Amino acid sequence: MAAHLKKRVYEEFTKVVQQQHEDLSAKKLRLTKPSKSAALHVDLCKATSPADALQYLLQFARKPVEVESVEGVVRILLEHYYKENDASVRLKIASLLGLLSKTAGFSPDCIVDDAINTLQNEKSHQVLAQLLDTLLVIGTKLTENPSVRMRLVEVACKHLTDSSHGVRNKCLQLIGCLGPVEKGVAKEAESQAAKDVQKIIGDHFNDQDPRVRTAAIKAMLQLHERGLKLQQAIYGQACKLLADDYEQVRSAAVQLIWVLSQLYPESIVPIPSSNEEIRLVDDAFGKICHMVSDGSWVVRVQAAKLLGSMQQVSSHFLEQTLDKKLMSDLRRKRTAHERAKELYSSGEFSSGRKWGDDAPKEEIDTGAVNLIESGACGAFVHGLEDEMYEVRIAAVEALCMLAQSSPSFAEKCLDFLVDMFNDEIEEVRLQSIHTMRKISNNITLREDQLDTVLAVLEDSSRDIREALHELLCCTNVSTKEGIHLALVELLKNLTKYPTDRESIWKCLKFLGSRHPTLVLPLVPELLSTHPFFDTPEPDMDDPAYIAVLVLIFNAAKSCPTMPALFSDHTFRHYAYLRDSLSHLVPPLRLPGRKLVSSPVSPSITPHEDPSQQFLHQSLERVYNLQHLDPQGIQELLEFTIRDLQRLGELQSELAGMADFTATYLQCQLLLIKALQEKLWNMAAPLYLKQNALASAAAKQILEETYKMEFMYSGVESKQVVIIHHMRLQAKALQLIVTARTARGVEPLFGMCEKFLQEVDSFQRCFISELPRMQGSFVDKLLDLMPRLVTSKPSEVVKILQTTLRQSTFLHLPLPERLYRASANIIEPTGESDNPLRFTSGLVVALDVDATLEHVQDPQGTVKVQVLYPDGQAQLIHPKPADFRNPGPGRHRLITQVYLSHTAWTEPCQIEVRLLLAYNSNRSKATAKVPKSTWNESVEALPQPENGIEGTIPFSKPVKVYIMPKPARR
Amino acid sequence: AENEQVSPLQNLDVGRSCILVSIAGKNVMLDCGMHMGYNDDRRFPDFSYITQNGRLTDFLDCVIISHFHLDHCGALPYFSEMVGYDGPIYMTHPTKAICPILLEDYRKITVDKKGETNFFTSQMIKDCMKKVVAVHLHQTVQVDEELEIKAYYAGHVLGAAMFQIKVGCESVVYTGDYNMTPDRHLGAAWIDKCRPDLLITESTYATTIRDSKRCRERDFLKKVHETVERGGKVLIPVFALGRAQELCILLETFWERMNLKAPIYFSTGLTEKANHYYKLFITWTNQKIRKTFVQRNMFEFKHIKAFDRAFADNPGPMVVFATPGMLHAGQSLQIFRKWAGNEKNMVIMPGYCVQGTVGHKILSGQRKLEMEGRQIVSSPKWLLIDKACAFHLLLLQLEVKMQVEYMSFSAHADAKGIMQLIRQAEPRNVLLVHGEAKKMEFLKQKIEQEFHVSCYMPANGETTTIFTNPSIPVDISLGLLKRETAIGLLPDVKKPKLMHGTLIMKDNSFRLVSPEQALKELGLAEHQLRFTCRVHIQDPRKEHETVLRVYNHLKGVLKDYSVQHLPDGSITVESILIQATAHSEDQGTKVLLVSWTYQDEELGSYLTSLLKKGLPQSTS
Repeated sequence: MAAHLKKRVYEEFTKVVQQQHEDLSAKKLRLTKPSKSAALHVDLCKATSPADALQYLLQFARKPVEVESVEGVVRILLEHYYKENDASVRLKIASLLGLLSKTAGFSPDCIVDDAINTLQNEKSHQVLAQLLDTLLVIGTKLTENPSVRMRLVEVACKHLTDSSHGVRNKCLQLIGCLGPVEKGVAKEAESQAAKDVQKIIGDHFNDQDPRVRTAAIKAMLQLHERGLKLQQAIYGQACKLLADDYEQVRSAAVQLIWVLSQLYPESIVPIPSSNEEIRLVDDAFGKICHMVSDGSWVVRVQAAKLLGSMQQVSSHFLEQTLDKKLMSDLRRKRTAHERAKELYSSGEFSSGRKWGDDAPKEEIDTGAVNLIESGACGAFVHGLEDEMYEVRIAAVEALCMLAQSSPSFAEKCLDFLVDMFNDEIEEVRLQSIHTMRKISNNITLREDQLDTVLAVLEDSSRDIREALHELLCCTNVSTKEGIHLALVELLKNLTKYPTDRESIWKCLKFLGSRHPTLVLPLVPELLSTHPFFDTPEPDMDDPAYIAVLVLIFNAAKSCPTMPALFSDHTFRHYAYLRDSLSHLVPPLRLPGRKLVSSPVSPSITPHEDPSQQFLHQSLERVYNLQHLDPQGIQELLEFTIRDLQRLGELQSELAGMADFTATYLQCQLLLIKALQEKLWNMAAPLYLKQNALASAAAKQILEETYKMEFMYSGVESKQVVIIHHMRLQAKALQLIVTARTARGVEPLFGMCEKFLQEVDSFQRCFISELPRMQGSFVDKLLDLMPRLVTSKPSEVVKILQTTLRQSTFLHLPLPERLYRASANIIEPTGESDNPLRFTSGLVVALDVDATLEHVQDPQGTVKVQVLYPDGQAQLIHPKPADFRNPGPGRHRLITQVYLSHTAWTEPCQIEVRLLLAYNSNRSKATAKVPKSTWNESVEALPQPENGIEGTIPFSKPVKVYIMPKPARR
Repeated sequence: AENEQVSPLQNLDVGRSCILVSIAGKNVMLDCGMHMGYNDDRRFPDFSYITQNGRLTDFLDCVIISHFHLDHCGALPYFSEMVGYDGPIYMTHPTKAICPILLEDYRKITVDKKGETNFFTSQMIKDCMKKVVAVHLHQTVQVDEELEIKAYYAGHVLGAAMFQIKVGCESVVYTGDYNMTPDRHLGAAWIDKCRPDLLITESTYATTIRDSKRCRERDFLKKVHETVERGGKVLIPVFALGRAQELCILLETFWERMNLKAPIYFSTGLTEKANHYYKLFITWTNQKIRKTFVQRNMFEFKHIKAFDRAFADNPGPMVVFATPGMLHAGQSLQIFRKWAGNEKNMVIMPGYCVQGTVGHKILSGQRKLEMEGRQIVSSPKWLLIDKACAFHLLLLQLEVKMQVEYMSFSAHADAKGIMQLIRQAEPRNVLLVHGEAKKMEFLKQKIEQEFHVSCYMPANGETTTIFTNPSIPVDISLGLLKRETAIGLLPDVKKPKLMHGTLIMKDNSFRLVSPEQALKELGLAEHQLRFTCRVHIQDPRKEHETVLRVYNHLKGVLKDYSVQHLPDGSITVESILIQATAHSEDQGTKVLLVSWTYQDEELGSYLTSLLKKGLPQSTS
C-alpha cells in the first residue's frame, strides 16, 4: 500500500515539473513582442509639438508595461524629460515615472539617482510637486533601504522652503511616509536633514497655507502610524490649530490631539489662566468636546467619533458631557429628565404637565454661569441635537463605547439614548436602539424610561420593532409594573403587527427568565385565575395567550413556587406548548407530575449531557454491529434514524448533529437495501423493478451527500471525506446498475473511465485521510487499482460489486458543533384564501420575508424559487441588500419576488420556496486541500464533477394563491 | 480711525425691529418692523428720525429685511410707498414670496375688520414688492461699488437670513431672528468666521438656556397620542406660519411612523398658500426634508387635511390646528368653546400668550371663563344632566374641563446659542437688540467676560458709535513682492514682515512700488546719499601696512561679507570703501576714511564702531 502511494506521489511530482515548462514557454512568447521602450522612443522623437508628445504619452499610459521593460522605458522618458521645454509634458513624464515604478516586481533602486537629479534644475512648481510624488512612490517601494530613504527625506527637506504650497505639501507627505522612525537610525545617519523629522514637520504647523498646515499634521499622524512616538511638546501647538480658520486643518488637528491623548494620558498639563493642572487626556477630552460644536460638520463628526475611544478620561469629565444647566430668566431650571426622575422617585405617576410645572426655581448667581464652557460640558447634549444626522450617529456610537466601559456613565446617558428613539431619521433611531442593547447589562430601566422605549413598539418599520425586541430581551426592568407595561405594549404590538409573533414570543421568553420574581405577583392577573371561581379556558391558538404563557413558563423555570398558581388547563397547555414550541418553553419541574424529560440538574456540563450521550451511544451501537444479518442491520438503522430525528426535534442545540448523522445513516441504509444479495442474483432483464429501486437509491444518496456537504456549517474535512466516500459508493452503485441494464459495451467504457478518474481525484484530494479508512470501499478499491485499470468494463463492474458488498461501514466522526442551515418563510404565510389578482402579462410583486439560520454567505447562495402549477419554475436571485444580519449565524431575507403569468381561468396556488445553491467547485474539501495541487490537477485532469452546480431546497414551500386575469380591452 | 454708527429706531423690547447702520459713509436700514400692540402711529417706526428734511432714497443706500415676520417687515409698504423710498430692498426668495401674503392679511384685518383708514393699500404692497431684490444664500450682492451684502442661513422661519454688510474692509453682521438648534423642518443657523467689526444680534432669550428639543417633542407627541387613543379631540391653536409647519411635520411623521388613523385637520386660508411655498423652498429646510423630498415632499401632507367648520362636531378622535394662536378670536376660540366641556379632550398651547387672552387665562390655571356674548355652545344633553353647569351658563361662564397643556416651541437662539454664534463669527464688537434691557445686561456682561470684546445695548433712538481699526489696502507690484519675499526666511502668518519700497499716494489709491519705478514715474533723477567718517588709529607703521592690518582684521571679523583689498590701496567691504592716509601732523596716527551709501547704513555704522575700537595688537 505504502509503496503504491509513493508511486502516486511521484507521478504527481512529475506533473508539476511539466507545468513549469509550460510557464517558461509562455514567458518566451511574451519576450518576442517588440520592445515597448523602443516604440515609445520612436513616438516621442516623431512628436513635433508638446501637444503631440503629450498625446503619445497619454496613449502610452493606457497600456500596462511588463516588468522587464520598465527600466528601459524609464531611461527613454528621462532622456526626453531633459530635452523637453514644455512643463505639461514634463509633468506627464514625471507622473508616468511614478506609475512605472509602481509596477509589481520592479525594483526602482536603479532609477533613484536619476529621479533625484531631475529635481535639480526644475523650475515649474507643478512638475516639482509631481516629481516629489514620484519619489514618494519610489521610496515606499524601497522601504527596506534606509540610505535611499534618508536621501529622499533630505531632498524633501531641501524643497520645504519652496514658495508653492503644492511642493511643500508633497515634501511633508514624503517626510511623513519615509522619515526615520527608529531612534537608532536617526543617530547613525549623520546627515543634517534627518536629525529630527518631528521638528521639521512641526515647524510647518504654522505655515501660511492651510493646505500645507493640513499636510504637516497628516505627516505627523503618518509618522505616528509608522510607529514613531510623537513628542508631547507638540500638544500645545496642536491645541492652537484647533482654532484654525480652515476645517481640514481643524479636523486633522482633532485627530492629532486624540493621538497625543492616547500616548500621554497621564501627563499633567496646566490650565491656561489659572494655576491648576489636569491630566492630558482630560484636557484633550475637553478640547475635543469643544469641537463637537464646531462650525463645520465634518469636524463635528470627527470629534464625536473620537470621543468614543477616549476611555481613560476621568469620570468627572465624562459625566460633564451630559450636563447642561438650564435656566430661565436667570433662574435655575430643571431639565425634563430631572423632573421625570423626581416624579418617579416621589412615587407619583406622571399626571401630565401643567402650566408652570417647569417653572424655574432658585435664582442663579450671574457670575457663576458659564455660557461657553472650555471643558466637556454638554458635548453630547449638543452632539445628539445636531443638525446633521451623521453627527448624531457618531455621537450615539461614541456614547455607546464610553458607556460600555463605564457603568455609571451608562446609567447617566440612558435618558439621552431613550430620547434618541424619537429621532426623525430611522437610521439614528436604529443605531440608538442597538447601542442601548449593547450597554443593557450595565443598566436598569426606570418605569418612565421604559414607557418611552415601549412607545416605539408601534413604529411601522419592522427593523425598528425587531431591534427593540432584541433590546427588551436583554433589558433589566426594576418593577413588576414595568413588566406588566412591557407585556401590555408587546401584546398591543402583536395585534397591530401579527407578523412579529415569533420575535415577540422570543422577547417574552427572555423577559420572563430574567425577572422571575417580578413576574410572580403578576401571575394570577395574567392567567386571570380566581381563588373561588373557575374561569373559562382561554383559546390555545391565540398568539397573545401563548405570549403570556411563554412569559410565565420561563419565569417559572427559576421560581419553583409559581406552578402552584397555575390552574389545570395551564398544565395541559404547558405540555402542549413544551412539545410544539420547545424552543420557547423550558422544561419545568411540575408538582405531582412526571416530567417529560428526566430531571436535569443545571450543573451538568454539555459533555455529560444525557441527550448527547444518547446520540453517541446509538451511533456506537450502529457502528459496532458489523456482522449482524442484513435484516437486523436494516432494522437497527431504521430505529436509530427515527430516534435521532426525534432527538433533533426535542433538543434544538443537538438538532444539527442528530440530523447530520441521521442523514448519513439513511444513506447507508439505502445502500444496504440496494445491495441486497438476492436481487442481484437474478437475471437482469427480469428484475427491472429492483434495478429501478437501486438506481433511485443511488440518486437519493447522491442528493443527500450534497445536502450533508453544503447544508451544514461546521463540517470539517474529516466529515467531508466520509461524505465524498459515500458519494463514491453511490456512483459505483450507479455504474453497476447501468452495467446490468445497458446493452452493449461502448457506453460502459466511458463510464468506467470516468469512475476511475473520480477514484483517482478522490485519492489525491484526501491523501492525508486515507490511512484512517482501513477496510473501506475506497481502500480496497485502491489496492485493486492496477488490476482495474487494465481490465475490461464488465470485470470492473464485477469487482466493484463485490468490493461494495464487502466493504465496512465507515465511522462518522462528529465535529464539535454542527448546525443545519434552515430557512423559514414568514411571509407569505400561505393562509390567505384571497387570491392575489393581477392582469396577465403584467407583473405583481410578492413580499417575501424569511429567516435564515446558519447559512454561510447567504448573499451568494440563497435563491427564491417559484413553482407555477404548470410546472414552470422560476429562480430569483435576491439582491445582496435584501439580506440583513440581525445576529451571529442568523440572517433575514426581506425581498420582493415578481410574478407574472398568462391568464388563468381560475385562481391557483403557486409554491414559493428557498433554495441553497451550491457549487462543488467551491466545496469545503477544496479549501482544505493545499491550493497548488488542486489547481494543477484541475488543469491536468478536468473532472466531470467539477463545477456541478445544484440547489438544495431548505425551507418548507409556501403556497400562494394567485389569479392572473385576462387583460380587459 | 473710521467709525460705524448704529441707531436702532425701535428695539429694546420684543415688538418691532428697525435698525439704522451707517458704515463707512453708507447708510443701511435693517428690517422695517411694526408693533402688534399699538393701533395708532406708534405701531410704525418713526422714520422722520432718519432725515429731518430730504428724501429717504437719497439718504439710505439700501434696506434689508431678514425674514417675513411682521415685526420685521410690517412697516415696509408704509415706509416705501407712504413715506417714500425708491431704493433697493433686499430679502431672500422665500421671504419675498411669503411676505406679501402676510402683509395683505394684516392689511385686511386692520382696514376691513377694524375699519381703519389712512393705511396702506393692496396696490401699495404690490408696488413695494416691486422694489425688492431677492438674494440667494451666500450670494455676495454688490449694492453699489463699495457696499456689498451677503446672506447666511438663520433657521427661525423659512427664508430667515442673517446679513453681512461690508464696505471696504469694514463689515457688520445683522442676525435678525435666528435659531441655533435645528427643528423638524429647519436647520440651524450658520455663519463662517467672517470676523465682522460689529455683530448685531437679537437677544430674546438672553437669560435662558433651554432643555433639549427632543424631550419637548416627545412629550407633545405622547400627549397627543394618548388623547387620540382614548378617543379625545386635540386642539392646537397656532399662528399661521412658522411653528405651525413644524408641528404639522412632527405630527405627520409621527402618524406615519406609528400607523395612526385619526384625522388631523388644519384650518384653511392663509396657511394653504404658505404651505405651497414651503413645498417649493425645499433647499431652505433641514437635512431630513431635503434628503427625502425626491421620494416625497414632506410638506405634501398625507394625514393632514383641510378643516371645515362642520368637522368640529364629528364624533371620534381628531387633531385640529386652528388659528389664531392665543385663543383670543376666530376659529380656534370657536372650537375651544365646543370642546372645552369634555375632559377627554385636550388643548395644547404651543407658544407664549399675551395677558388678557383666553390662552393666557387657561394657562394660568383658570378653570371657569367668562365669555362675552351669548354664543356659549354646549351640547343640550349636557345642559339637562348637569345642573351645576346650567348655573354657570346663567352667569355666562364656561367651565373648562378639557386638559390644558403648554409646550414651548420657540425658534430663537437661547443664551448658549447666541454665544455659539459669537464664537463662530468672531466679531470685534457685539451689539444686542430685540430683548429686554435687564436680560441683555446679563448677556452683555457674559460676552465681555468670555470673549473679551466690547458689547453695546443702545436704547431706542440712541446712537452707538463704534471705532474701528480699518486696514488700508495697498497695491503692490508682483515683481516687488516676489523680490522682497525671496529675501530672508519664509513668510510667517503671525509676524509682520518688513519690506522696502516706495509708497505712492495718488488719486485716492495707494501703491507700493520699487524705488526705481517710483523715480521713473515721478520723473526724478536718483540722488545718492553717502556718509563719510574718519577714524583715527594710532599706528606707527607705513600706510600700506596699516591697510593690510585693517584688511586682515576685517577679514577675520566679517566672515560673511566679501572683504577686498583693492590694488589702489583701499579696502571694500561690500560697497563700503575704506581708505587710509597718514595724518598730516602726526605720522604715527593714521586716518581711516570710511564711506558708505545710505542703503548700507547698518553695516557702515557697524564698521565705524568696529574700527573705532582700534586694531588688535598685531599678531605678526
